Amino acid sequence: MEQTEDIRLMKGNEAMAEASIQAGADAYFGYPITPQSEVLEYLAREMPGRGGVVLQAESEVASINMVYGAAGAGARVWTSSSSPGFSLMQEGISYIAAAQLPCLLVNVNRGGPGLGTIQPSQGDYFQAVKGGGHGDYHLIVLAPNSVQEMADFVFLGFELADKYRNPVLMLSDGAIGQMMEKVVFHKRELKRIPKPWATTGKTPDRERSIITSLFIQPEKMEAVNLLLNKKYEEICKNEVRYEEIMTEDAEVLLVAYGLSARISHKTVQLAREKGIKAGLLRPITLYPFPYERLNKLADQVKCMMTLELNAGQMVEDVKLAVNGKVPVGHYGRQGGIIPSPEEVEENFEKFFKSVS
Amino acid sequence: MENNEIQTPDCLVENGETYDMVYERPHTLTGTRMHYCPGCGHSTAHKILAEVIEELGIQGDVVGIAPVGCSVFAYDYLNFDMQEAAHGRATAVATGVKRVLPDKYVFTYQGDGDLAAIGTAETIHCVNRGENIMIIFINNGVYGMTSGQMAPTSLAGMKTTTSPYGRDTKTMGHPIKVSELIAPLPGAFYVTRQAVHNAPAVRKTKKAITNGFKYQKLNKGISFIEIISNCPSNWKMTPLQTVEFLDNEMAKYYPLGDIKVPSAEDLK
Ligand SMILES: Cc1ncc(C[n+]2csc(CCOP(=O)(O)OP(=O)(O)O)c2C)c(N)n1
Repeated sequence: MEQTEDIRLMKGNEAMAEASIQAGADAYFGYPITPQSEVLEYLAREMPGRGGVVLQAESEVASINMVYGAAGAGARVWTSSSSPGFSLMQEGISYIAAAQLPCLLVNVNRGGPGLGTIQPSQGDYFQAVKGGGHGDYHLIVLAPNSVQEMADFVFLGFELADKYRNPVLMLSDGAIGQMMEKVVFHKRELKRIPKPWATTGKTPDRERSIITSLFIQPEKMEAVNLLLNKKYEEICKNEVRYEEIMTEDAEVLLVAYGLSARISHKTVQLAREKGIKAGLLRPITLYPFPYERLNKLADQVKCMMTLELNAGQMVEDVKLAVNGKVPVGHYGRQGGIIPSPEEVEENFEKFFKSVS
Repeated sequence: MENNEIQTPDCLVENGETYDMVYERPHTLTGTRMHYCPGCGHSTAHKILAEVIEELGIQGDVVGIAPVGCSVFAYDYLNFDMQEAAHGRATAVATGVKRVLPDKYVFTYQGDGDLAAIGTAETIHCVNRGENIMIIFINNGVYGMTSGQMAPTSLAGMKTTTSPYGRDTKTMGHPIKVSELIAPLPGAFYVTRQAVHNAPAVRKTKKAITNGFKYQKLNKGISFIEIISNCPSNWKMTPLQTVEFLDNEMAKYYPLGDIKVPSAEDLK
């Protein structure tokens, strides 16, 4: 029988690296940092034989600017890092967003602030979805909750980046990056679109290509801002992705992404065993955020609670979505501590009893 | 309407006589009027660069990177593909471009604040990796764009807006000689220091930039071309005085000439 599926047992970081090769990445630039160093290691091993550039840069500042250059030259390019390194990239990311360069960025979130811990965290939510760098811009932010999704979102990320000429961020965490799971690589047709704006050398039949983020006249700058705003509106209209678990008859709702969503899934089951009609909404895109769907669900459920591995960040977006219709709470652990589904269930019950 | 374009006539008519054009602006310049101050070296350096690219016939194969600094608008004047880069990051951006387009001619065009202060790490490592690009390093001894603050290259005792009593090397460090610093690295193939303040200097700079492009095809590493450049506005001098200052002060500390040249063997 002909084998059509390639099934492997891999770490999230490795799955993502393998996926990038299969997605036809032309180049990867990175700098080691736990818990995502496997990416550079995997690519350093695999890329030379399979085509493509892999380069260990002198810093994350350098690697993000190498991404800028390669993306501006029309290449399919990406980088990955973890929280402190990702912070270092923010200026470059702002330039990339302004110059509208398609590329894939990955932050395998670890605990902070500061040097923090190498354990998993969701403390970089604000940085990921509210800017991070300077100026008015947005990344498309994908939040995988499994090794499989870490691989799948590489393909999706490159496609969305090209489609909107916008950087895409995969916001994962140290647990999903490090854990091993089954991952299936499907045979796919690679979608590539022409990039006539890229700096590949000015041919006589076209004007010179310029990659820039500088618009010194206020009118020109505002025109670029408006163009970006329009693009972001388009993205919000087309690209909201989320998953719902047992929401049909839910009376209380958990909202969680990534690793927290895995825990919350189990929490919902525990609550259901106790006769509590709990449901889960898992945002898959953190930008654009499923505001509308949550607003709808607020007409159905009595309250919502987020589970986040932070002090309460996404909860602000859930509150915006719900707009006061129902009470919204947050439960979180920090420092790299991963709460058990039982712990979450207990606190979920405490919360909804306190507001009902 | 603002007329920013410079017109180039086909011939010159004067007193009823028609003269043929024997010299014209290279087509690798767009014709947009440059914003540089009178007597600034940037415009001369731009023109040399454009001339070389035209003469080598490589307009379609060039990608240039100009970071933040006075020359951030270089793409307005240079008629080939260009990327603007963040302050200090031109060599990282150039690395990204060259690695995915290895057959193109890639160069950076950076100021001294850019290359020798905020971008020092990128400079050193780009040279150390021996990226096959040309770095054009405009050393005017000050931060031009932000109006005359001290640069890492400002001479000892030099008065700038942030060293109003003169650069005190005890507390502000010494003017850094980047060319001498990077020349020993194996990734540096060709290192030279030139100027653009008089005709012989311009000729030599043109030769150096021509070499820089030609050497890229050898894939043997960095061509690093430092250009000592006049900055009348921030040196607080007339253009003529800057020529003297360049010869008498700048070139004393930063001697003009080749620092590392490839051997006949290297050029094979
Ligand atoms: C991260 C960052 N810091 C500071 C600046 C402000 N800035 C713009 S240009 C410049 C100095 C430029 O000097 P130099 O590189 O010597 O080039 P010149 O203007 O003299 O040609 C500075 C400090 C900036 N744009 N970005």
